[in-house]
Amino acid sequence: MTRIDLTGLDVRPAQVWGGVRIVPLVRDEPMAGLRLRRELYEGSGLATVDLGDRTTYTSYVPHGFVADWTGAEAGAEKGAESAAYGTLLGGEGAPPCVPVRRLHRLAKRRQGERRLRFLPLHLALDGYLALHFGGPSVVWDDWSRKALGQGLSPRAEAAYAGWAVPGLTEALRIFELHPGQCGMLLYVADALAAAFVVPHPDDYRVLHPTLVEDLYGELVHHYAYFGGPVPEFTARIRDGVGGIRTLADLRAAARQKERAWAEAHDGLMARDLLETSYAFDRVYRMGGFDLYRFLPPFLRDGREQHIGELITDHKGRAAYLKTFRLSDKQIRKGHLLQRLADHDWHLGETAEALGTSYAEIVRRIEAAGLGGLLDTHVVARRLREKEEG
Amino acid sequence: MSELVAAEDVLLFVNAAVTATGQREFRSTAAAQHFSLRFVHEYVRVNYRPVYAAALALDINHHNAALIVEQLLRTPHEAGGPEEKRAEGRLIAARLALLPPQRVYRLFRALRAAGVNNRRTRAIVRAWLAARPDPALDAVKYRPGLKAALRHVHGRPADAETGDFLFAPGRRVRYGNATLDAYRRAHHEQGALYELPFTVAEGFAARHKVPREVFLERIAPRMTRLEQLRTERAADLTVMPLTRLALYVLSLPFGERVERRAELTHALRAAARRAAGSYAGSWGRVAAVLDDSFSSSGSAVKRRRPLAVALGCHFLLEALAAPGAYTALWTSGDSDPLLVRPHGPTPLGMRILDALETGPDRVVIVSDGWDNAPPGLAGEVLRVWRTRLDAERRTSVVHLNPVYDAEGFDVRRLAPSVPTAGIRDAEDLAALVEIAQFAEGRTGFAELGAYLDRRVELFLTEAGG
Repeated sequence: MTRIDLTGLDVRPAQVWGGVRIVPLVRDEPMAGLRLRRELYEGSGLATVDLGDRTTYTSYVPHGFVADWTGAEAGAEKGAESAAYGTLLGGEGAPPCVPVRRLHRLAKRRQGERRLRFLPLHLALDGYLALHFGGPSVVWDDWSRKALGQGLSPRAEAAYAGWAVPGLTEALRIFELHPGQCGMLLYVADALAAAFVVPHPDDYRVLHPTLVEDLYGELVHHYAYFGGPVPEFTARIRDGVGGIRTLADLRAAARQKERAWAEAHDGLMARDLLETSYAFDRVYRMGGFDLYRFLPPFLRDGREQHIGELITDHKGRAAYLKTFRLSDKQIRKGHLLQRLADHDWHLGETAEALGTSYAEIVRRIEAAGLGGLLDTHVVARRLREKEEG
Repeated sequence: MSELVAAEDVLLFVNAAVTATGQREFRSTAAAQHFSLRFVHEYVRVNYRPVYAAALALDINHHNAALIVEQLLRTPHEAGGPEEKRAEGRLIAARLALLPPQRVYRLFRALRAAGVNNRRTRAIVRAWLAARPDPALDAVKYRPGLKAALRHVHGRPADAETGDFLFAPGRRVRYGNATLDAYRRAHHEQGALYELPFTVAEGFAARHKVPREVFLERIAPRMTRLEQLRTERAADLTVMPLTRLALYVLSLPFGERVERRAELTHALRAAARRAAGSYAGSWGRVAAVLDDSFSSSGSAVKRRRPLAVALGCHFLLEALAAPGAYTALWTSGDSDPLLVRPHGPTPLGMRILDALETGPDRVVIVSDGWDNAPPGLAGEVLRVWRTRLDAERRTSVVHLNPVYDAEGFDVRRLAPSVPTAGIRDAEDLAALVEIAQFAEGRTGFAELGAYLDRRVELFLTEAGG
């Protein structure tokens, strides 16, 4: 599996507010056997995530998602169990706010429950931040003694909360949900900022407001901040001579406009998301569903690159999808890390493969904020030797 | 050309004055609405002063009526001459008589704050105060407002007792006037509460710690119709105005609406028939496209207003159409008007096509004009229909918009070929459709002026008679 498969989801006409364009995705039928719901954390506060190996990290977590699923042979009867939204919750008598302070692992199945709790986008970000940080298989001189002695320095990436993206709050508030809507594609200044898909329209209705609490890339924030309003693709009916003679003709023309929009959108606006091949990494298997994180190829060809997470059913169709758009800087960093990994972190070989010099590759690593990984003494000695040689 | 521009400006102003209230709307903030409205008022006042005053004779809302009066009184030097001033004065007096008293008192206070105290203003305020039917009731109910107004215009209270009540409350041990005396006694005596107006008694009841249910039960005869509706007393629904009634119905939970279906439907039909008056049954085949998309939920201060207007229009159009010749198309596709709720997108284009397919004489569209599924399709359908399929204009199409668009200084239009008019109360539908005819851009300023003159004359004779 290398592509995101949005079969079963139809595109409806976009709604525009200022620089934000929201394209609704609609399912004819809800996906059977999987439900998502929102889990609130008290005080929308700081949560500590226990990674299991005596490391913890603390993060701001406004909400998590909980996936309920029925068995792999999810028939109509079985699907019905979770299709009545909220009954599982009510049965437990759970309060609307669950005071969770300590979260164990990013995707956590609670004991004795057939439910999986995960934090939106954390799988994806975790995958990105830990990109090739298993360390090189061969330890070269360049590899910092510090890294060996004290472990890797913590890596950080900047992201913006939804309410910090200008205009997004308002756009999400006034957006009119379509019947059967199970997802949306969010464009800011007509650049794809995020995709969000859930299995059931009722889930979407509940989760729609959470979009404003989610995190968005630097690029999205900047585009929203500096970009102007985007145009609405208003319908135009061609009514040249002999074109439209009856009301039925007019209706056909109007229908055709709706279809044309969907085609134009998939081919033009969402192409990079749908046609890029991603590296999928399965995190969890639950019944007939698989939870993946995915990373883009980090090609520097000007295409947009998304990281994200995905739940697919047994046919590989997306039941849940959430993406995070990387900025150019982040893509460059990923690209560099991949090249380095390809050559087992041998700086000389990597430089050769990239067609550049040793000094240049060191500069790039430092520019990418990874300078701490290099042993400055070794690098300085190498550079001096090169100059003398 | 300039005539057309002038006509357009005037219609734009009328639309704004009908719909805008300076409150938060679904898509724009209160500040934006306020700012936009202020600009429109000033623009029309400066450029078309007689028309600005004449707008008082139209079915504009109270907020704008008060604003116009304030602006006219603030800028007496801009009036053309004594003739024009006199005409303005008559319009102002007639309009003030129609405004709810609390609004008038608020207006007087605004005039005082702005330091407007010319001779004409004083005469108008004094005349209005002199015409109040029960000065003692006003003194009790609008005490600060009345005091401020009297002080501002150096007016005399209606009688000595009211004067003492307002300005020297300690002077008398008891009052001859029953209302004033009840107010005095209510400080000590629970029984006296129920002789006071509801809003005044409410404060005393709280002070005497009267249980709410007991208080509401006993004060019921003193409540106005609206107060009864607000406190959810069993008000006589059949006498309520149409849009109020629609708002009330929409405020009820679905279960109750189903339970009281017969009663509510009957009340709505009765109100619609009253509003239709002599026009009832005269509109032939009518198809309505009514917007119940999510945006019709309005805002926190105008809760479900656009939807209530659509619901009111539904029943009114049913009364206006020939019997059995009415089709209603809600954008959501639902068909039970009593169970409408604001949800979903606005696929106006498709609904208009459905409406046209019924072969109607008239199509009435009630929507906030944000056509989004797909955007602009409604305009295109209407344009092609007009140019290709119905060039002889057998079908008349009118768009009524309950929401003022602060950014555009007007209500949003669907297509240039379709007249759009602002609407605030469903009751005004027939008059607005008339005005909307001018918005097609084929008539000039002269005809519009003649129409306004006619309305002004009618308005003044009604006020005088």
